[in-house]
Amino acid sequence: MAKLKSFINVFKQESIWISIISIFLGLLIGAIVMLVGGYEPILAYQSMIEKIVGNPYDIGETIRSIMPLILTGLAVAIAFRGGMFNIGVEGQIVMGSIGALLVGHFLELPPILHTLFAIVVGAIFGGLWGMLVAWLKTSRGINEVVTCIMLNWSALYISHIVVRMFMMEEGTARSKLIQDSASIEMPFLIQWFDGARIHWGFIITMLLLVGYSFYMNKTKWGYELRAVGSSKHAAHYAGISVNKTIHRTFFISGMMGGLVGTFEILGVFKYLAIAPTTSGLGFDGIAVALLGMNTAIGILLAAALFGALMYGSQGMSFGADVPGEVIRMVVSIIIFFAAAPGMLRVLFQLRRSTRRKEVSARGNDSVSH
Amino acid sequence: MTAQHDIVLELKGLTKRFPGIVANDSIDLQLRKGEILALLGENGAGKSTLMNMVFGLYQPDEGEIWINGQPVSMDTPSKAIELGIGMVHQHFKLVPPFTVTENIVLGMETKKGLALDLKSSVQRIQELSDRYNLNIKPHAVVDTISVGMQQRVEIMKILYRGADILIFDEPTAVLTPQEITELLAILKGLAAEGKSIIIITHKLKEIMEIADRCTVIRRGKVIDTLQVATASPEALAERMVGRNVSLHVDKEPATPGERLVEVKDLHVKDASGQDMLRGVSFDIRAGEIVGIAGVDGNGQSELIEALTGMMKVDSGSIRMNGAEMANLSPRVVSESGVGHIPQDRHKHGLVLDFTVSENSVLKSYYNSPMSKLGILQENNIRKEAERFIESYDIRTPGTEVLARSLSGGNQQKIIIAREIEANPKFLIAAQPTRGLDVGAISFVHKQLIAERDAGKAVLLVSFELDEILDVADRILVIFNGQIVGETTPSATNEQKLGLMMAGKLGGESSNG
Ligand SMILES: Nc1ncnc2c1ncn2[C@@H]1O[C@H](COP(=O)(O)OP(=O)(O)OP(=O)(O)O)[C@@H](O)[C@H]1O
Ligand SMILES: [Mg+2]
Repeated sequence: MAKLKSFINVFKQESIWISIISIFLGLLIGAIVMLVGGYEPILAYQSMIEKIVGNPYDIGETIRSIMPLILTGLAVAIAFRGGMFNIGVEGQIVMGSIGALLVGHFLELPPILHTLFAIVVGAIFGGLWGMLVAWLKTSRGINEVVTCIMLNWSALYISHIVVRMFMMEEGTARSKLIQDSASIEMPFLIQWFDGARIHWGFIITMLLLVGYSFYMNKTKWGYELRAVGSSKHAAHYAGISVNKTIHRTFFISGMMGGLVGTFEILGVFKYLAIAPTTSGLGFDGIAVALLGMNTAIGILLAAALFGALMYGSQGMSFGADVPGEVIRMVVSIIIFFAAAPGMLRVLFQLRRSTRRKEVSARGNDSVSH
Repeated sequence: MTAQHDIVLELKGLTKRFPGIVANDSIDLQLRKGEILALLGENGAGKSTLMNMVFGLYQPDEGEIWINGQPVSMDTPSKAIELGIGMVHQHFKLVPPFTVTENIVLGMETKKGLALDLKSSVQRIQELSDRYNLNIKPHAVVDTISVGMQQRVEIMKILYRGADILIFDEPTAVLTPQEITELLAILKGLAAEGKSIIIITHKLKEIMEIADRCTVIRRGKVIDTLQVATASPEALAERMVGRNVSLHVDKEPATPGERLVEVKDLHVKDASGQDMLRGVSFDIRAGEIVGIAGVDGNGQSELIEALTGMMKVDSGSIRMNGAEMANLSPRVVSESGVGHIPQDRHKHGLVLDFTVSENSVLKSYYNSPMSKLGILQENNIRKEAERFIESYDIRTPGTEVLARSLSGGNQQKIIIAREIEANPKFLIAAQPTRGLDVGAISFVHKQLIAERDAGKAVLLVSFELDEILDVADRILVIFNGQIVGETTPSATNEQKLGLMMAGKLGGESSNG
C-alpha cells in the first residue's frame, strides 16, 4: 500500500510532469524531423505504438527489452550513489554470460538447483569483474572510467577465447547451448505472450528494484555507500572504510550487469555468440539511471520508456517505411528531451519553486550559512 | 556617521519562508552611507538568509529592497553587483592556480584586441590596494597566499567591480587574531572612504570596535537597533538572546586524576612527505582540559588527525589508558572512547546531503540500537536526533531536513551534540565554537567543563586565545610541528601567548 502511495506521489511531483511534457515535446520534434524527411509522422508513431502494445507477443517482447535496462540502470545508479561512474557494465554483462554459460553448459545438476547455481555464478562473475575496477582504483589510483573501458573490451575478447576453446558449436559463430535444466524460461508466460521470450529474470529484476531501494535507504551498508558517495572525507571521519565501501559498491553494481548477461543466456538465447562488439545495454543504463534520477521508481519508468521506444521503433520501419537512421534520430531526440527537462524550463521560463532552487543553491559555496 | 544620514539601502518588510520555518519575518532595516552596521543574532536567527536576499541569491516572499531611494528587484547576484552591492562569503570562491589579478578580473576582463589587458588591471588593483590598505600582491598565486590575504582578494574583487555597499558574512570566523585586527582596520578605512558596510559576526568585541549601529535579529524578526557607542557587550547579548547571558566562563579549578593520554615523540609527515609534526610529546590527565594554542598551520590538524586515526603516524606513540593507539583505524579509535569535534564541519563533521537524523548517528549507525542485523532502526535514529535537538537547542524545522539547509551554527551544534553525547573518555575539540552565537558558546564551554568534571580528558585546539585562556586548565603552545612551551591561563596573557605562538618566547617550563 505504502509502495503504491509513493508510486502515485511520483506523479504529484512537478519534476515528473516536466519529464512527461518533455517527452511529448520530443515526440513533436521527432515528428517535425520525419515531416521534413518526407515521412508520415502520425503513421510512424501509430506503427510504433502498435509494435509496443499491438498484440500479446509484442507486449511480451517489449517487457523483455525493458528488463535488462532496469538492471543496467540499477548497476549505474548504484555506482552513482557511491560517487562513482560505472561505464563498465558492458564488460560485466559479458562476464556474467560467460559464468552462466559455463555452469549451464558443463555442469549436470537437477533443474532448479542448476538454474540457481548458474544465476549465482553469473552474478558473481559480473560482480568480480566490477570489483576489479574498484580494486585498481583504490590500490593503484586509476580512474574507474579508464579501467572500465579497457575491461569492457577485455571481457569481450575473453568471451571469444572461452567460447572458441571450450564450447564452439561447429560451423557457427556461437557457443553450444546450455542444458535445459539451467533454463529460466517461464513456459506458461511464454504461452500467454504468444511465444515472447519472457523468463524468470523478470521476477528477479522486479525484486531487485525493490531491494535496491531498501538497501540504499534502510540498511547500514546503504548508509555507508551514500556517505562515501557524498563525502569521502566525512565518511573517513565517521570510521567508514572508504576503500571497502568502494569495493562493495562496484561488486554489487557489477552483479547487476552480470545478471543481465546471465538472463540473456539462460532465458533468451541459450548460447553466447562471438560478437564483434558488446551489446550497448550497459551504456543505455547510464541514460536510464540519469533519467530515473537514481531512484527505483524513476529507473523503472525510464527503462520502460527506453525499452518501449527501442523495441517500438522497429515498427516504424515496417509500418511507415522510415529508415533506421531517422528512427534512431527520433528516438534520441525523445530521450534527449526527456533527459533534459532543464531545457524546457528555459523555454517556458518556468520558475522553479523557490524551495528547490534554494536548497540546491546551498550546494555551492556562494550561499552563506 | 554622516550628518545627512543618506540611506543607501533600505529593506522594507522582507519576509522569507522555508518549509517549516519563517526565516525572515517582515524585516525593516536601513543602511546609511559610510556606516558600519552589524547584524547580531542567535544561530538560525536569519542573518545569512537576509543578506543572501540582498545579494540576489534568494528571492524574498514579501517585501521590497530599495537602493538609493529606488525600489529594485534583486534577481541575481550579477544584478546586485550591477547595483553596487558586493558580498564576501565565508567560503572563498577563488581559483587556486590563478594569480591574484587573474582572480580579480575573472569574468570582467578588459580586452585589448584579442589579448587580455592585464596590465591596466594590475594598475587599478594596485591603486585600490594602496587606497584601502589591502596590501595585495597582484602577481601572487592564490594557492600560496594566506587565508587573510585570500579574504582581502575577495574584498578587492568586489571593490574592483565598483561596489559601494559591502556585505560580510562572518568574515572573522576563519581568521587568526592578527588577521582579524588587520581586517577590522580595513573595514574602518573603507567606511571612512564612504563605503557602507554590513557585517555579520558573533563576536561582540568586534562589533564594539568597529560598528556604528547594531541591528539585533531574533527568530527572524528585528528586535532593536542600537547605537554601539552607548551600548555594552552585555546589553547586546541580552537583546540578542532575550535574557541575561554570562559572557564569562565560571569554573572550579581542575582536579586532574591519572594520566589518561600519553603522546610520545610523535612524528607525522603529510602526503608530500613534509614533516608536519616533529617529535610532539605531552600527556593529558583525566579531569583536565589541555589547550593547544598556535597559529593555524603549525601542525594542529595533523596532531588531531593522528590522534583520531585519520592520518598515519610515522613514529612515536599515542597511549590511552596505557594501550597503544597510533595507526589504529578511525573506527577503532572512536570505539575505544575518543570523541572528535573536527575543525572543518563541512569537510569532515557532517555529510551535508544527509538528514539531521542521519548525521546524528554518523558514528553509531552500525550498532544496536541504531541498526539491528544491518537494518537501520529509523525510530531510534530519529529519537536520537530529537534528543540532540532538544538538549542542544538546535534550530531546525525537523529531523528529516538536510543538514545543508541548517544555519552554520546549528550545523556545528549537531556535531557537538553527537560527539559529547557519545560519552567519550577522551574528547578532542577543534575550534568547537566557530560560528556559534555567544549563548551557544557559553553553553559549549560549560559542556566541555562538565566533561572535564566527569573525569574525561579534553584536548581543546583553538585559534582563539580567549577561548583557550577561559576554558583550558593547561596550555601547550605549538609552533612549526613542535610543542614549544607550556603554561597555565593564570600565568600568562594574550600578549605572552602571542609571542610564544610566534616562536619568540619559551613557556614557563623552558624559561626555567
Ligand atoms: N536553503 C534553505 N532551505 C531550508 N531552510 C533554510 C535554508 N536556508 C536557511 N534555512 C533556515 O532558515 C533559518 C535561518 O538560517 P540562516 O542561515 O539565515 O541563519 P543565521 O542567522 O545566518 O545563523 P548562523 O549564525 O548559525 O549562521 C534556519 O532555521 C535555517 O534552517
Ligand atoms: Mg549564517
